[in-house]
Parts: sequence; C-alpha cells; structure tokens
Amino acid sequence: MLLEIDNLVCNYGRIRALHGVSLSVEEGELVALVGANGAGKTTLLRCISGVQPAGGGAIRFAGDDIIAMAPERRVRLGIAQAPEHRQVFGPLSVTDNLLLGGYTRSRAEVLQDMEKAFAMFPDLKQRRRQAAGTLSGGQQQMLAISRALMARPRLLLLDEPSMGLAPALVAEVFDAITALRDAGVTILLVEQNAFAALSVAKRGYVIETGRIALADTGAALLEDDSVKSAYLGI
Amino acid sequence: MSSQFLQFLISGITVGATYALVGLGFSIVYNSSQVINFAQGEFVMIGGMATVFLMAAGAPMPLAIALAVLLAVVIGFALGKFAIEPARGAPVVSIIIITIGASIFLRGAAMLVWDRNLHHMPAFSGSDPIDIGGAALLPQSVWVVGGMVIIVAALQVFFSHARIGKAMLATAFNPLAAQLVGISTRGMLLLSFALAAGIGAIAGILIAPITLTYAGVGIMLGLKGFSAAIVGGLGNPMGAVAGGLVVGIAEAMTAGYISSAYKDAVAFLIILAVLLIRPSGLFGRRESERV
Ligand SMILES: Nc1ncnc2c1ncn2[C@@H]1O[C@H](COP(=O)(O)OP(=O)(O)OP(=O)(O)O)[C@@H](O)[C@H]1O
Ligand SMILES: [Mg+2]
Repeated sequence: MLLEIDNLVCNYGRIRALHGVSLSVEEGELVALVGANGAGKTTLLRCISGVQPAGGGAIRFAGDDIIAMAPERRVRLGIAQAPEHRQVFGPLSVTDNLLLGGYTRSRAEVLQDMEKAFAMFPDLKQRRRQAAGTLSGGQQQMLAISRALMARPRLLLLDEPSMGLAPALVAEVFDAITALRDAGVTILLVEQNAFAALSVAKRGYVIETGRIALADTGAALLEDDSVKSAYLGI
Repeated sequence: MSSQFLQFLISGITVGATYALVGLGFSIVYNSSQVINFAQGEFVMIGGMATVFLMAAGAPMPLAIALAVLLAVVIGFALGKFAIEPARGAPVVSIIIITIGASIFLRGAAMLVWDRNLHHMPAFSGSDPIDIGGAALLPQSVWVVGGMVIIVAALQVFFSHARIGKAMLATAFNPLAAQLVGISTRGMLLLSFALAAGIGAIAGILIAPITLTYAGVGIMLGLKGFSAAIVGGLGNPMGAVAGGLVVGIAEAMTAGYISSAYKDAVAFLIILAVLLIRPSGLFGRRESERV
C-alpha cells in the first residue's frame, strides 16, 4: 500500500472536521474521493500534505509513519498536491511556477520535466513568460497540475481540479487526468463532480461530514442508489 | 537650482538611502512572515557599534565591517529562531510585542557590552567635500548612496534569478502553495531575518561616519525605516527604497527651510498622509493582486 490512512482525526480549533477517516491508495491506482460541500475532502488532503496538523490516527506513506513530518519533507518523500483554487504563484511567470514545483529536485531533472509539461499542455509553453495570474482558469489548473508533477511525485493529490471551469475545460482536465492515470501516476482525486471522478477512478470513497460513508470500485459507486440520488442527481 | 536646495537634496538623499535600506529589511521580513520586526533598527545600531569597537580593538576597518555584519546576521537569525519562530501562529500583535521586547533587549545588551557614549567612525575615504554647483558632497555620501544602489541591485538579481530568492518570493505570494512545493517556510523566515539584519547593519555602518553612532541610534532609524516601508507599501521592497528617499528628502527640506525641530515629525506626517490617502502605500500593490 502506498498511502494508508487509519482512523484520522482533524480539528479546526474546537470544530472536528474529520472523525476517524480510513482510506488507502495503492501504487498505480486512481482513487476518487467524492462528497458534498464541507464534507472534509480538502481537510483530508491538507493533512496528507502536512499543512494541517492531524489530531489523531495514522498516516503511512510507503511504510513510513509521516503524521508528524514537516510538509517539505513529505514533498521530498513523493507527495505533491495541486490544491483547491489552484494557488498558482500569480505574479511569477509560468516557467518560474514550474521551476518552483521542482524545488526539491536538481535543476537538470527539472528542466527535462518542464519540456514534458509543455508537451502535455502546449498552452503553457506558449505563455511560459506570462505571469501565472494572467492565465485563464483552465490554464491555471493545468499549471497547478504541472507544477505538482514537477516534483515527480509518487502520489499526486488533486483537489477539485474541475472547480469553476466551463464544461469544455472540465473535459480537458479529465482527459489530462486519465492520461496521467494511463501513464501510471498514482492519484488521489478529490471532486464534487462525482460522476466524472468515479468514471475515471478504479476505486472511490464517499465522504460525509468527516466520515467515510461508502467505499467501493468506481463503477459500483456509480451504480449505487444512495450515491445516485445524493451526488449524481439521478 | 539654488546651491542651498542642492545641499538639502544631497543630505536628504544620503539619509534617505539609509532609511531605504532599513525599510528594505522591514519589507523582506514582512514578506516571508507577515511580521513587522520592530527590532530592525537595532541591527543598524549593531552594525555601527560593532565596527567602532572592533576598530578600537585594533581590527582594520574592512575586517571590522565584515565581522560587524556577520554579528548582525547571526543575531538576526537567532532572533528569528528563538523569539519569532516559536511564536508562529500567535496573533500578529503578540509577535510585534515580541519584536519590541527584542529591540529593548538588544539595546540594553549593547549598553552593557559596549557603552552609552556617542562614537565617531572615520569616513571610508576621507572627508574632503566635493563641490557640486556650490553644494558640498561628502565622499561618505557617495558610499552611502552607492552602497544602497549595489544592495538593491544585488537583491534584484537574488529575487529574480536565484532559486532560493524565488522561493522567498513564492513564500511571500502564497505560503500554502510554497509549502506544497516543498519550500520550508520556516527556513525562509529565518533567512529573511538574517538577510534583513545584514542589510540593516550595512546601513548603520555606511551612515555612522556622517551621523555618529550610539546604543540608542536604532530607535529613530528603525522608525524612519518603518515609515519608508509603509510609504512604499509594506512588503514591496522597491517601494521601500523609494519611500526611504521620499522620507529622507522631505526631512532634509523641512530641516533646511522650516526648522530642524520639525524634522522627525515629517516622517510621521508622511505616514499619516499616505495611510489616509493611499493605505496600500504610494508604490503598493493593491491587496487583490497579492492573492
Ligand atoms: N480554516 C478553517 N477553520 C474552521 N473550520 C474549517 C476551516 N476549513 C474548513 N473548515 C470546516 O471543516 C469542514 C470541512 O471542510 P473542507 O474544506 O475540508 O470541506 P470540503 O469537502 O473540501 O468542501 P468543498 O467541497 O466546499 O471544498 C467544514 O465544516 C468547514 O466548515
Ligand atoms: Mg474543498
């Protein structure tokens, strides 16, 4: 198991956001985590990356207990995240955003990977000197994903990559995610767009108010009646 | 231009360059940590005082200067590590109070380790004034302004080309994203304190031959540097440089044409005016652009 989360608890002050979440991701898998607004999806990813302290439970990555590890060490171990709302470095150029994405690696490796990112997203190449903040929402999302990939992660965390995008761009983002999946990248994908996420995922989890409510294969969850009525609007 | 005006302008730019360097320190620290470090002025004092005492102990000037800057850098780092870092996450006001406490401590320590007297530092390259259009330009003024220009240029290169400089900028723009790409924001905080302390010390050393130095010299210089940073838009290093020059020139003009009694009030009038009319500073980015 690459990522193993056991009974994870997380609090914001006196508010408990995660009430004992257990979840796992195997090497090479695309796992989707779906749930409504405020269910705790972002909180879970923040705990995995270490930018939010856990209040209990265990997080193991490739066998190491990482629950108390500083965020930058987790990146070095191989956990990268494209966070909610993209969070690109707005005033810096596209190139600089990508260079910083590879902050934990050698410059030569980073330059190589930058060419790969540009090959995957030609729009970014064309705008590589432009400030990231001036890109469109879709381009910023591509940049956020590419920036995370620059760390050459063993596990890629994606937080609502389709949020706020027009349908055509949503399709483009999901095409990119499937391409990464097919290339063997291990991905934990958080989405409110449950249909799209479960369609591309091997397995999925449904999170409700800080608890895992359902866990199954992506295909089975798409057929599940409670998922259909609550998240797919069917 | 009358020679009198020119004279005031020269002295305004000289002292303004010092404020600019101190203001740069405020901005660099603020950018990496959202902390307003009111101990910044004390590094100006440490630079000047340490140089004077090292020279009195027999060190040649260049060595004394290098050691004084190094001392300030070490103290700046220690301030970040032992006083600010442990308090991270505390309300901003608490952290500001910590920095004020640190400044009182450093000043007291300087009085104990060194003394309470005024000290003169020899000018770097003589003190025969150069005549420009009837105004006297001290060679040390050229050192002050030249030093400021070199530091600003070096910082410009550091922030736009060095990997670690870019990481500092990235931390300023978006600390969360910086952490997520593997930048140690804690490391950036310490680096910014050390860097700001070093720049402050250099400012103190450059200006000491003109203004004299003593254990309490950091209070006013710190406040003026803070004004420079506010006028330029807190967190905007190049704005702080411009702000320093604005404050320095305004001060010199007031002292020259009105009365030197109002000199210090000018900086604070400018702060008030800027905060009322353009709260983000004369050269400030608007908040929305920083998100
Ligand atoms: N900084 C915070 N302080 C206090 N409570 C928070 C904070 N961030 C999130 N919460 C609370 O924690 C719970 C989980 O929030 P979280 O952002 O993880 O949900 P989410 O599933 O990502 O939602 P969304 O789909 O809207 O992004 C919510 O009840 C939210 O109000
Ligand atoms: Mg969220």
